[in-house]
Amino acid sequence: MRSLVEKSTHTLRHPLGLGPRGLLLVAALLLVPTYVSPLWQLTMYAPQYQSGLRLDIYSYKLEGGNKGQDVKEINILNHYIGMRDLAAEDFTEFKWLPFVIGAVGLLILRAVVFGTVGHVLDVTVLFVYFSLFSLWSFAYKLWSYGHDLAPTAAVKVQPFMPPVFGGQQIANFEIYSYPQLGSYALAAAAAALLGALALSWRAAGREGAAAAAAGY
Amino acid sequence: MDQYVKAVKVGGAAVALVAGALLLGQCAPSAPKGAKKAPAAASDLQVAAMKTYVAPGDLDEYYLFSSGGHSGQVYVYGVPSMRHLSTIPVFTPYPGTGYGFDDDTKKMLGRFTWGDAHHPALSETNGDYDGRWLFINEMNGRVARIDLRDFKTKEIYGPAPNISGNHGSSFVTPNTEYAIMSSRFPIPIPKGTYAPVEKFATEYKGIAAGIKVDAKTGAMTLGWEVLLPPFDWDLGDAGKGPSDGWFFLTAYNAERAIGKLEVTASQRDRDYIVAINWKEAEKHAAEGKGDLIGGVKVLDPKKIPGFVYLMPCGKSPHGVDVSPNGKWIVGSGKLAGITTAFNFEKMMTAIRNKDFSGEEDGIPVLKYESIKDAEVQVGLGPLHTQFGPDNTAYTSLFVDSAIVKWKLGTWEVVDKVPMSYSIGHLCAAEGDTVSPDGKYLVGLNKLSHGRHLPVGPSQPESSQLVDITEEKMKLIYDAFTEPEPHYAQMIKADKIKAIEVYPKEENKHPHAIWDVKDAGVTRQGDKVLVKAVLVRSTITPTSVEVKQGDTVTFALTNIEQTTDELHGFGLLDWNTNIVVDPGETKTVTLKIDRPGVFPYYCTNFCSALHQEMQGYLVVKPK
Repeated sequence: MRSLVEKSTHTLRHPLGLGPRGLLLVAALLLVPTYVSPLWQLTMYAPQYQSGLRLDIYSYKLEGGNKGQDVKEINILNHYIGMRDLAAEDFTEFKWLPFVIGAVGLLILRAVVFGTVGHVLDVTVLFVYFSLFSLWSFAYKLWSYGHDLAPTAAVKVQPFMPPVFGGQQIANFEIYSYPQLGSYALAAAAAALLGALALSWRAAGREGAAAAAAGY
Repeated sequence: MDQYVKAVKVGGAAVALVAGALLLGQCAPSAPKGAKKAPAAASDLQVAAMKTYVAPGDLDEYYLFSSGGHSGQVYVYGVPSMRHLSTIPVFTPYPGTGYGFDDDTKKMLGRFTWGDAHHPALSETNGDYDGRWLFINEMNGRVARIDLRDFKTKEIYGPAPNISGNHGSSFVTPNTEYAIMSSRFPIPIPKGTYAPVEKFATEYKGIAAGIKVDAKTGAMTLGWEVLLPPFDWDLGDAGKGPSDGWFFLTAYNAERAIGKLEVTASQRDRDYIVAINWKEAEKHAAEGKGDLIGGVKVLDPKKIPGFVYLMPCGKSPHGVDVSPNGKWIVGSGKLAGITTAFNFEKMMTAIRNKDFSGEEDGIPVLKYESIKDAEVQVGLGPLHTQFGPDNTAYTSLFVDSAIVKWKLGTWEVVDKVPMSYSIGHLCAAEGDTVSPDGKYLVGLNKLSHGRHLPVGPSQPESSQLVDITEEKMKLIYDAFTEPEPHYAQMIKADKIKAIEVYPKEENKHPHAIWDVKDAGVTRQGDKVLVKAVLVRSTITPTSVEVKQGDTVTFALTNIEQTTDELHGFGLLDWNTNIVVDPGETKTVTLKIDRPGVFPYYCTNFCSALHQEMQGYLVVKPK
């Protein structure tokens, strides 16, 4: 047990090679698109909406298709079933998401410069945790919009869960929900982080073994 | 240690897989799955059916703007389907769009609820349609301007001073400098002057006028008026290319006759086409020349010689058309049975050489033989001519009830196609511009004589589509149009850039509001302003209480920015129906002279909850 702790401490303190540092830099750069590209897109078709209504979710804002008009249209339609207006104020994520992404970026850059395996592990765990939390938060938001319906609504519908990933028919609407460039970039950043972790961990392990063999 | 490495490897691989799946990426289809187009049916339809069939969801190739005659409107059709697309109300109230019911359009119509709309004219740049405006005249001395950005009547100019029976109108000059007006029914001028009808030949006057069109805004003002003999002035056309700077008007009743004109005005073998140099007229007006009549300066060609000439034309002409190259002026004598092609160069030479055969009220008459290039034996009752590419001309024959095709230059008659029945005007695709398209020709017939299901004695008109792509003309479609098309304009669809909603940013109406929270009632003395918001599916405020004796203005803003989300405001018992387009604000002002409770509601079906879009105007008795 003691040797395991010693071993892992040794591994965590092990400085990073050039490969992992490069991967980390890539991961940091992959965070940039989240500031300019949407993370997710919802597309809604109905017989009356042949060209579809679109909703782009960024890390910091909601944007409707057709120069923003689609958000208004979605809200007008949703008010019949008593759904809350989609409003930027409602999304606390818009306040902390860009900040957290920035913080993660700084931590990655720290690992690039001063990097040890421990830094990589920290930031990877944090990143994965934050990504999963955001995904959950997004899903929960969708759930609550579909369930928190005003009892005075003109049209009573069964509470529903809009799709998080994929397509679904709700009343007269075909609804599609898919990740966009921002999310793909985040996924790629996660892959780069894990790659850096795996490479550096293995390198540290090999050196540890070599040192042990040399009689340290 | 190995386990760790393994775990990391496995985890990494899993994440990479997920990321890969995401990257390979599914996404929403580009069109709804539920709306796959039906496969095209194999067809054994005849050529005509194929040429006119516009499949559901497909668009027509041309717009046809057809005048509505005494219905006072303009009707828009698609070509080749000949489907009626919309009605543009111009001189007559039209509850369908609320036209003539709100304050602004009521004011624009003035004291008229009717006008005999005749000859639509698309605005031109360098002699070609530019898709900006459509002008249309009516007999009470007015010209209207329709903006083709929103297909709405924006301005009605007139009644113009001194003009009586504005029939020979509203064709425009090649860069839309002017829309033209003229008097079909000479009267003593200024309007309001008395002279017995026996003094028609001397004391009644004809007038032609140039209505100046602002190049940027399209706003119309009077440019100048020209005094003409008391003939019955009829339709004309503006010169183009070499003949730019001139316009031409036909005249019947050169006899200056009164009474039973069908006989008295048909005695002479020739009537006239008048040629007016509008650039000269413009210059004279700018120099302040002319006599003040009816509050405006009128240029008298007797006193200001050199810019007005008469050209003898076959008996009873109703229209003159300038060829696309501007070289020939084509006039038809309805009762002569010939179409004459005058040569503009020869005209200019005759003017230089003073090659005149007489004069009328001081206006020189050019010698017919000196200025004509050809007389074409087109058939009986020739009226109007349109053009195709390659020197092709098409002339309507009222008496023969046919369209004749002939060639400019060689003057040969090529083909004839019967019309059902009694064709008046005709309209070829961009057929009065410098570059006609050919392809389609519409005969605007006066009589339909039961070529349709019986609808009682009041029968629709017939407009027939003719395919002119080949040597032989082919009738391919019968359409039955609203009364009564006097002329039409056919323009390639992509030349018109129409909006579908009024952008919110462009709405500068002082009473426009965009939030339901801003809706409400304000009072100043007995003047009440109701600012209302119309949006699916509520008219806010949902009730308004006022007092008998108040003057109430409803300012209605449709805050939608979605296409086709129109809302109406029907106020029962008050003859009020306003229709507000998305992004538009309209007002209606009512003098509330009786107490009671009056429902208002959305008249233009908008949504599933449309029926609930209603409220009450509650009027307390004095």
